[in-house]
Amino acid sequence: MSTISLSNKQLSRRSQIAYLKKRINDLALNLYGLGGYLFLYLPIVILLIFSFNDSRSVAQWHGFTLDWYVEMIHDEQIILSLWNSVFVAVVSTLISTVIGTLAAMAMERYRFVGHLFMDAVLYLPIIIPDIAMAIMLLIFFNISGIGFEPWKVTFFGVRLAVPYSVIIGHVAFNISFVAVVVRARLAQMDRTLEEAAQDLYAGPWQTFWRVTFPMMLPGIIGGALLAFTLSLDDFVITFFTSGAGFNTLPVRVFGMIKKGVTPKINAVSVLMLVFSLALIGISLLFRKGGDKGSPIEIGL
Amino acid sequence: MHRLFARHPSLRPWLLLLPAALWLFVFFIAPLFIVLAYSFLERGTYGGVIWQFTLENLRRTFDPLYFSTFLRSLYIAIVTTFFCLVLGYPLAYYIATRPPRQRGTLVLALMIPFWTNFLIRTYAWLTLLRTHTGLINVTLINLGIIQKPLPLFGNDFAIILGLVYGWLPDMVLPIYAALDRLDISLVEAAQDLYASGSKVFWRVIWPLSLPGVVAGSMLVFIPSLGAFVTPAILGGGKSLMIGNIISNQFLAAHDWPFGSALSTVMMAVMLLATLLYFRAVSSEERKALV
Repeated sequence: MSTISLSNKQLSRRSQIAYLKKRINDLALNLYGLGGYLFLYLPIVILLIFSFNDSRSVAQWHGFTLDWYVEMIHDEQIILSLWNSVFVAVVSTLISTVIGTLAAMAMERYRFVGHLFMDAVLYLPIIIPDIAMAIMLLIFFNISGIGFEPWKVTFFGVRLAVPYSVIIGHVAFNISFVAVVVRARLAQMDRTLEEAAQDLYAGPWQTFWRVTFPMMLPGIIGGALLAFTLSLDDFVITFFTSGAGFNTLPVRVFGMIKKGVTPKINAVSVLMLVFSLALIGISLLFRKGGDKGSPIEIGL
Repeated sequence: MHRLFARHPSLRPWLLLLPAALWLFVFFIAPLFIVLAYSFLERGTYGGVIWQFTLENLRRTFDPLYFSTFLRSLYIAIVTTFFCLVLGYPLAYYIATRPPRQRGTLVLALMIPFWTNFLIRTYAWLTLLRTHTGLINVTLINLGIIQKPLPLFGNDFAIILGLVYGWLPDMVLPIYAALDRLDISLVEAAQDLYASGSKVFWRVIWPLSLPGVVAGSMLVFIPSLGAFVTPAILGGGKSLMIGNIISNQFLAAHDWPFGSALSTVMMAVMLLATLLYFRAVSSEERKALV
């Protein structure tokens, strides 16, 4: 049908229908978006609500209480596992941030024989499933005989005994994530500033510390925050590489879930949720300070 | 030392790479090869091995008992990836078509579940789905909508739901990134040339978002196939996946060579699936260009 043969009336009718169609599409998309976010948030919100439930049930509301939080704070096992988690995350983040940043600079700034190979080696820990990496490390630590002895340390006045194997494992998967985030930052950077510094007779070290490093910093912080989060969240690799008797918070929670569901687990979950939110808040703060990178960068 | 690097600038990147390379070769590549080697060794007592070459472990992974678990895990991973894509693509599209300010907030709202502990998110579904004490069944029975509890827990449904929930942000973020990069003038050009809405989508938007679709699918498929936490919690001890069988070989059965063989086969399946998927997508991309 050709448009020329349509009368004016028919035409306006057509555009009306087209307009209506567009409105309906828009509405449908908006509703879909709302539904999508509800799906993502509802389970977490329900979890939060029932951490205040005055009953052992996590399905029927019996009134408000803070008992489960009180019980959580008095559970020495939980508090100890929390300190273990924080210690492992801090140490593994420090090590992997330094190592990963150096690797990112090598990969982004140089072309060399073996570049493609190292690329593959760096990406592999990201894509390999947790369970495969966990059993690889378990076998390795067993036959090499290194790693299972605990690192006895006093951390903020708390005495911890953390197996080296757990920290080694966390660093092994975190190096790659730090390297990816820092590389993304390096790739976006404007090289002309460094060239300008060199033109003004800045030496290589001066150029690095005064120009390159400050520009890299948002990427390094982003990588460190990602490493910290991944380390705090890890369950599978810690579970398999820690040997008996050592718990991080996720390992402890898994054990509690296996024993039975109580609102106390909900309370611990809320504690972990608060940690995650705090980390997101920190990463946003730093992102405002540096120039805006893609938010995807932090997540992937 | 200094002179060495001055004379051979090609060594400089290796100096930077040395710590990462050392750490990853010792604590990642070496363990990977040990697992591969273990797959071909005989079982010793209590988790040990006897250094004797055998194909028995690999043969056993094809025993109907284990092979059926493999197939089920593959089925669960494919269904999970499919649902993540079908649910996640419109969500990414929704975010990408909002005004810039709103977009930032929506992406942030996606990061929060993404950064929340996976174990916690799985546990949240446990409290919702449990057969007699889960929120959904208890509420529906109290409201008189159903008499008997629905089979929501301890089956493939629960595992797939838990995995889709857990990995959905991993699908949405790369697709959103691809849509965000998309040159809007191409869409306008297609519209100016009187392409219909669906034609604009399938001939312009979809092919240009394929890199995001590929990345998202891989980010969902691989951890779904190797899932351990989700089936352990939502499978109710009955519905198991290959990740649980592997862990049993190490934690309970103490048959490390067999556990290694299962893990080797699992990684081989992932590699194969990835290659096939990339081939399928690149042929799709070629078709779109014609």
